[in-house]
Amino acid sequence: MIQTDLLIIGAGPTGLFTVFEAGLLKMKCHLIDSLPQPGGQLAEIYPKKPIYDIPGFPTIDAGELVDNLMEQIKPFNPGFTLGESAVTIDKDDEDQFIVTTDKGTQHRAPSVAIAGGLGVFTPRKPPIANITDFEDKGIKYIIKDPEVYRGKKVVISGGGDSALDWTIFLAEIAEEVSLVHRRTSFRGHLDSVDKVMALAEAGKVNLITNAEVKEVAGGETLESVTIHAKDGSKTEVECTDWLPLFGLTPTLGPIGDWGLEIEKNSIVVDNATDYSTNIEGIYAIGDVNTYPGKLKLILCGFHEGTIMVQSAFKRAYPDKKLSFKYTTVMGGVGSLE
Amino acid sequence: MSADINIVVVDREGQSHELVAPTDMNMNLMEVCKSYELPVKGTCGGMAMCASCHCYVESDHQLKEPSDDEEDMLDQAFFVEDNSRLGCQIFMHPDLEGLAVTLAPESE
Repeated sequence: MIQTDLLIIGAGPTGLFTVFEAGLLKMKCHLIDSLPQPGGQLAEIYPKKPIYDIPGFPTIDAGELVDNLMEQIKPFNPGFTLGESAVTIDKDDEDQFIVTTDKGTQHRAPSVAIAGGLGVFTPRKPPIANITDFEDKGIKYIIKDPEVYRGKKVVISGGGDSALDWTIFLAEIAEEVSLVHRRTSFRGHLDSVDKVMALAEAGKVNLITNAEVKEVAGGETLESVTIHAKDGSKTEVECTDWLPLFGLTPTLGPIGDWGLEIEKNSIVVDNATDYSTNIEGIYAIGDVNTYPGKLKLILCGFHEGTIMVQSAFKRAYPDKKLSFKYTTVMGGVGSLE
Repeated sequence: MSADINIVVVDREGQSHELVAPTDMNMNLMEVCKSYELPVKGTCGGMAMCASCHCYVESDHQLKEPSDDEEDMLDQAFFVEDNSRLGCQIFMHPDLEGLAVTLAPESE
C-alpha cells in the first residue's frame, strides 16, 4: 500500500504543478496516470504544439513545458504509478481514502485531488448498438496476445499504423485476414502501406476499401460482420474476430461512478473556496472540473491546484498551523530539509 | 477592415444557429462555435488531432482540400461522409459568407 499526504489522479500539467505547491507546504504527493509517461494530453496528443499563454513564456512547446514541470517538482520527490488507471475509491476507518488501480495497486491518503483532464485514454469504439455484446467474445480494441488469432478468420478496421501493422503480422498466422478502410489511401508508414498492398495482391489479405463495418452478429461469440460500401452495397463477412483499431480518445472513465456530482462530463466543484467536490476530501482541479465561468486553460489548472493544496494541508495535518510563505522568502525550494 | 460573415450551424439536436464570425482574426469554425457556446469540444485545440469538431458542410462553398492530417484524423472518426470536415481546419474568410454546416454526432 502506497501512503501519501495527497494523492493526485492525473499526471498532466495541473497534477504536476500541484506537487510543487503541495511540496512548499511539505506535503508528499503521489500521482496515478493511465498513460505510461507523465504529461497527460500535452505529452500524448500534442508534444510539439506551441503554447502561448503560460505566464513568463512567450511561447513554449507542450512537451517542453512537461519537462520543465518535472524538473520543477524534482526536489519534492513525488511518487508515480504510471500506466495504471484509478478504478475504485473507498474509505477506511481512519478517514483515509484507498484508491485502487486496474492493476490492483493500492494508494492511501487523507485527500485525493482529481486532475484527470479529459479523462482516461481509451480505444474509440465504433457506434454499433450491439458491439458490447461481443467485446472479448471476438471483438477487441487492443491486441495483447496475437497468438489467439492463429487459424482464425479476422477482420481488421482502420487506416493507421496499428491497423496496418496488425494486418501484416496476422496475415502470417491467421487463416484469413480482411482489412476494411473508409478510403483507398492509408496513413501510416509508407513501408507498411506497401507491404499491405503486396499482401493484398498476393491474395494473403482481403483488402476492402471505401467501406466500413456497420453491423456485427453472432451467438455466444462473434460470427460475422456486415460491411457497408460507399456505393451502398452490403457484404456479410464470416469471421471469428473483429479488431476495430481507431486510436485512443479520452473519457472520464471509472471516476464517473465515484458518486461525484457530474455535469457535462466534468466534476462540479466549489470554486468559491477550495475546488472541493461534493465528497469531503476529494478535490477536482484543471480541465476535469466545472464551475460557473470555468475556463479550460493550463494556467487556470495551476491556480486551482495552488488554492486546493491549502485545504488538503488542513486535512493532512489538522493540528499544524499553516503559514504561507512566498518562495522568494524561502530562498527557493533548495532550502527545504 | 474586413467584414464579418454570416454562417449557419445546425447542432446535434437539429437546432439551427445563425452566427456572425469575424474574418480578420484567423479564427476557425471550431473556435467560432465554442465562442457561441455550441457543444463543440475542440479537445486538441485545433490541431486536427481529435475529431471533436467533426461536421458536415451542407452549403456548396468551395473549401480548401483537406490536408493529410485532417484526412488521417477523419479515418479515426465515425459517421464520416463525403462532406465531412474538421471545423478547426475551416478558417473564416469573406468567401465563406453563408457557409452552412451540421455538427456530426459525438462518438465515445
